[in-house]
Amino acid sequence: MTMPETQTEMAEPLIQVRDLKMHFPVTDGILVQRTVAHVKAVDGISFDIMPGETLGLVGESGCGKSTTGRCILQLEKPTDGQILFHGDDLGSMGRADLVAMRRKIQVIFQDPFSSLNPRMKIGDIIGEPLAVHGIESNSADRNKRVAELLTVCGLSPKMADRYPHEMSGGQRQRVGIARALSMKPEFIICDEAVSALDVSIQAQVINLLEDLREEFDLTYLFIAHDLSVVRHLCHRVAVMYLGKIVELAPCDELFDNPTHPYTRALLDAVPVPDPTIEAGREHRLVKGEIPSPINPPSGCVFHPRCPIALDKCAGPVPELRELRPGHFVACPEVS
Amino acid sequence: MTRLLEIEDLRVQFFTSEGIVRAVDGITYHVDAGETVAIVGESGSGKSVSALSILRLVPDPPGKIMGGKVKFNGEDLLQIDDIAIRRVRGRDIGMVFQEPMTSLNPVLSIGRQLTETLEQHLSSNKVEAHARAIELLGLVGISEPERRLKQYPHHLSGGMRQRVMIAMSLACNPKLIIADEPTTALDVTIQAQILELMKDLTRHMGVALIIITHNLGVVARYADRVNVMYAGRIVESGVAEDIYHRPRHPYTRGLLRSVPRLDQPRGERLEPIFGQPPDMTQLDDGCAFRPRCPFAVGRCEHERPDLEAVGPGHESACWQRDELDKGVAA
Repeated sequence: MTMPETQTEMAEPLIQVRDLKMHFPVTDGILVQRTVAHVKAVDGISFDIMPGETLGLVGESGCGKSTTGRCILQLEKPTDGQILFHGDDLGSMGRADLVAMRRKIQVIFQDPFSSLNPRMKIGDIIGEPLAVHGIESNSADRNKRVAELLTVCGLSPKMADRYPHEMSGGQRQRVGIARALSMKPEFIICDEAVSALDVSIQAQVINLLEDLREEFDLTYLFIAHDLSVVRHLCHRVAVMYLGKIVELAPCDELFDNPTHPYTRALLDAVPVPDPTIEAGREHRLVKGEIPSPINPPSGCVFHPRCPIALDKCAGPVPELRELRPGHFVACPEVS
Repeated sequence: MTRLLEIEDLRVQFFTSEGIVRAVDGITYHVDAGETVAIVGESGSGKSVSALSILRLVPDPPGKIMGGKVKFNGEDLLQIDDIAIRRVRGRDIGMVFQEPMTSLNPVLSIGRQLTETLEQHLSSNKVEAHARAIELLGLVGISEPERRLKQYPHHLSGGMRQRVMIAMSLACNPKLIIADEPTTALDVTIQAQILELMKDLTRHMGVALIIITHNLGVVARYADRVNVMYAGRIVESGVAEDIYHRPRHPYTRGLLRSVPRLDQPRGERLEPIFGQPPDMTQLDDGCAFRPRCPFAVGRCEHERPDLEAVGPGHESACWQRDELDKGVAA
């Protein structure tokens, strides 16, 4: 820890997202396709993730949180902006470099039913990336490594001979995690990784993700809509609404002092599992629905639904400003 | 006083290639006029099937209602003929399903779907039905009802469609609405809007509500009484305060402890329920929760506990129900 190199390394973010934009064209026409509009799924967001940190990305459907994850994975080519991993721009990397880099960045998807190939045995699903990347080309070594990975994820090594349909949802999600771990990644994107699981199983998988983070020094981007799960797992949290980050703060700070009207509305809408508390809670419902990202409102994207909106909120787009150390909010009206 | 709905020893089985699944295995509960009763459980616990059986909507085959009684205003809905049950569906008992995209007809306008119910059940003429449809859309908070009536389900957002479903369920002034995961597919700010709407409307109109959900927060906010289901049976039943503050079944306790909560300090670690849910084709004579239960004793192996009172209006199906009380108090 006293070595100066280590310290500089510590100070450098693992992931840097700079002004990321992802606009999907909307086309019309039968023979000649022409672009009639753009869905602004992600519209200029920036954040860093430090090594060992878990950053939560929350928001409702269509806010762009999953698209952000897909851009980092290079599954989408961003319209604009940069994604730096260890300071290297992933967008300008050659194919060979990118393949090597992909090993370091892994993903766990939401739906353990559609993200595992139903015709492959569990052992092959986990072993395939090891063979593809030439990590364990010998099949005996590969099987040994698969057994190891299954054990780490709380499954019996015997499961390697099973097919996905023979497993429960929780077990499949563990397989997805084992597959992500097989590449010894530094960074894992968890895209709604526990959302499809029943509560009793969800807690098991959350604990597993926490244990693995400790054991393998992992860095997570945890994309989810469930605020209580995000609060439990994350160090810092970014709240997204219609393609923009509206608030970004350390976890406890965000949940103790939610500042942006949207964050407050979101927290207010989550029912707490305690009838006594619920009976005494006043619910201020946010009115209206989420506007279309094809034609987002001018100015602050939240202003049509915002309880404290002023006329000027339809004007210039509010920038993120630092309210307290590390606590950023994109609303000029709050303090 | 007759109860609005009394379910006695209802049994539903599914005959599948893997064997017989006792999806609902002898459940008994009641709903009084105007109250909100929640049925909580995880996937495969039989909560949806138990609700669908009230209106005999379980697909047959593979499903079959094997026995029991579903008394609605004293009349057993399992005994009446097909024409009579059709009159109950949508008129006396409304339903709201989870996925409003698949439960609305995509090729009929919103207006037609609303007026059809009214014409069928209340023999309204076209003009009356149209006027009532506009009134109903207003009631569920849809703006410009005239214009919306001409639109089709795909024109509407998920929250809007669920409002239409609620309007349909309310169309004939029902006594009871069964809502099967009504907000699971919706975002949290929209979920809050829809649940508030359902609560207001049911309170105002004195409609009883059965709400089926896996979300413990939703139950805490809206239910008067709660039935917790596991592997096709009700394992605990009581008023919401008892269930949440004095749970007397290890499964209920496990569920409550395994969710991270916004109202409490950030915990070190979650306490999950150990193991996996049971294979419903392989259930034996013992308690189905036994393999996952930290309190299990020898008796749980071969004798299945029935619901027994542990307090006023509070029942638990567990041999260790009294031990559990001490455990909680300590």
